[in-house]
Amino acid sequence: MSAAAQEFLVNAIAKSSDLEHRALIQRGMLSYDAAVVKGKLRFSDWEAARDRCAAVKAEGIANLGRLLIEFERRITQRGGHVHWAENAGQANEYVVELARARNVKTVVKSKSMVTEEIHLGAALEKNGITVWETDLGEFIVQLRREPPYHIVTPAMHLSRRQIADLFRDKLGEDVKDADPGRLVAAARVALRRAFFAAEMGISGANFLVADSGMVAISTNEGNGRLTTTIPRIHVVVAGIEKVIPRMSDLAALWPVLATSGTGQPITTYSTLIRGPRSAGENDGPEEFHVVLVDNGRTELLANPETEEVLKCIRCGACLNICPIFRHVGGHTYGTIYPGPIGSIYTPRTKDLSEWGHLSYACSICTACKGVCPVKIDLPKQLLLTRRDFISGRNVKAAERAGFAAFRWVTASGGRFQLMGWLGRKAVAAVNAFGLSGTALDPMRAWTKYRSPMKFPKKSFRGWWRDNGNR
Amino acid sequence: MNPPANSAANRKVALFVPCFVDQVAPRAAIDAVTVLRRIGCEIVFPDDQTCCGQPGFNTGHWEVARPCAEHFVRVFSRYDAIVCPSGSCTSMVRKHYPEVLESTPLRGDAVEVGKRVFEFAEYLVRVAGVTDVGARFPHAVTYHPSCHATRELGIYDEPMQLLRAVRDIDLRPLPNEGECCGFGGMFSTKFGMISAAMGDTKAGNIEQAGAEYVTTVDPSCLMHLEGVFGATGRKLKTIYLASILANTDGGADRGVNSPRRAK
Repeated sequence: MSAAAQEFLVNAIAKSSDLEHRALIQRGMLSYDAAVVKGKLRFSDWEAARDRCAAVKAEGIANLGRLLIEFERRITQRGGHVHWAENAGQANEYVVELARARNVKTVVKSKSMVTEEIHLGAALEKNGITVWETDLGEFIVQLRREPPYHIVTPAMHLSRRQIADLFRDKLGEDVKDADPGRLVAAARVALRRAFFAAEMGISGANFLVADSGMVAISTNEGNGRLTTTIPRIHVVVAGIEKVIPRMSDLAALWPVLATSGTGQPITTYSTLIRGPRSAGENDGPEEFHVVLVDNGRTELLANPETEEVLKCIRCGACLNICPIFRHVGGHTYGTIYPGPIGSIYTPRTKDLSEWGHLSYACSICTACKGVCPVKIDLPKQLLLTRRDFISGRNVKAAERAGFAAFRWVTASGGRFQLMGWLGRKAVAAVNAFGLSGTALDPMRAWTKYRSPMKFPKKSFRGWWRDNGNR
Repeated sequence: MNPPANSAANRKVALFVPCFVDQVAPRAAIDAVTVLRRIGCEIVFPDDQTCCGQPGFNTGHWEVARPCAEHFVRVFSRYDAIVCPSGSCTSMVRKHYPEVLESTPLRGDAVEVGKRVFEFAEYLVRVAGVTDVGARFPHAVTYHPSCHATRELGIYDEPMQLLRAVRDIDLRPLPNEGECCGFGGMFSTKFGMISAAMGDTKAGNIEQAGAEYVTTVDPSCLMHLEGVFGATGRKLKTIYLASILANTDGGADRGVNSPRRAK
């Protein structure tokens, strides 16, 4: 078992038996469920909207190279810079070098999962640059020196009380009664100072629009607009899969993204950015850079079986509906992207042997498939990840032997009957001697968390022999 | 759907009994036989059948799933209607055999067999056109819509119609019914603690429903839940759908993997 798998097991045991955590997450997720159900009612045909979004993203993926070049051309025409980064190291190096060359001391960031993926914040800090996360949830987990718990709501695992304590310790703000309005006000004071001090703003991108060369950003707090307009340099960091063909596609994508994620009709601030401040404009940055990040994405693209994974728009719907996420929480996965999409994305783009176990942390309940706004067949992708994990021989000898035996037994009805009879006798004997749950119990993986099964004396086959042909 | 095999003379079915039902929860299949016979079915049990291969498929061992699928197709190809007391195993055959047998000679046959395999409740309502099977069950019952039956096969109304027709039943709505019970095949042992926690959440919802029994079309969910109820000291009981429908008297303990207690 890989180190990551062992860590996952340990944390999963702790979290799934933590009743307080379970209740907090379950409550949060059920309120999302209700909001999404209500939000979908605003669509005359939700399924058609999903189909349209799936088609747009599929078109983007199918024409990825051409669309990215079109996007780049339009950005450069307006005086922006586009940098292609093959991996996290190249992306970080570009941003760090740029910050150094421009004598940047303070950076403000709006929420971006790809910058989490490449650990850009840490790379900047290592070079003496102060980084402020300006999304409230991200700000909170940054103060806690924690990774985001959830890709849309990074601090959903914390109670108001915990946040009030954190602000008292880190910001020196004592918010009485942990009042949400006053907590937000306290964060705003700190963040406004940062916005006006920062020389560089870093944002992600929800979509890169090829036909107009624009970057589309959705935020709920307005921090995205401050990040991208106040500092003199704006850097966009985006995965290459974010490109879509046309501006009009946003009419389909924006509402579906918001509704799938949080049940909102549309995210509060939908921003389109086309480059640096041009002549005659009062606002906007002097410099504009886009870093296009590959970091494993072209590997997904090269395989026809996995390319659909790139359609993901990071809405969080599959995390919210996932019963495993609801029981172990986001941090347990040990990855930047948790939940169903992360359990495909991480093993596929990082290291299958190290991370393949995540594809098994799923009961194949298929609920995620029904909520994905771009119709990624997530359960199928999880099963394919498992198949490739096994064919890569990442499996314990005992499991391999067990399945070899299973294959032999299930090849004939006679063998199956005989082995079934032996198995039931063995378990009955174990139970009769009171050994259930001990090392001698062949069912111990089951009985460790459940009362022992009552095995019948007769199988169905046995019953059928006596009663079948009446 | 227009019932293709609706006449009493034509109700000939082959029974596909999932491997674990055969060995561990035979009561589910026995009660299915009782109900099918009551509505006039003639039943055959092809005794060379073994396992649909889902344990291999779901764990990534397609090298094990493939021969199971081939074996299944060979055993069942000759039958017009195949009835299975499990939504999940039915879904394996209908939805996943074409993937598992991709570019093998038996793929075409598998697709055809898939069209003739029916989950038990689906067979009763959609094929045989029966909703009232003359059952009586004077207990508070809640229906857990098992994942593969509901989401992969679209089976939900059928068991509900069958349950509503049961005499004296007190059918309770289940809060957050669509969330998985936590069984998930090998998931239940690979990640036993997560599986049990999910079962515990489901159990809480069943309690909240005020039900004495939880029923569904998948005996595997019930096996798992019965174990969770036992481990957490709950008084709740499990009962497979066919076992409710088989009752005409008033009911007894028919836990999914316990032999009938009442003499």
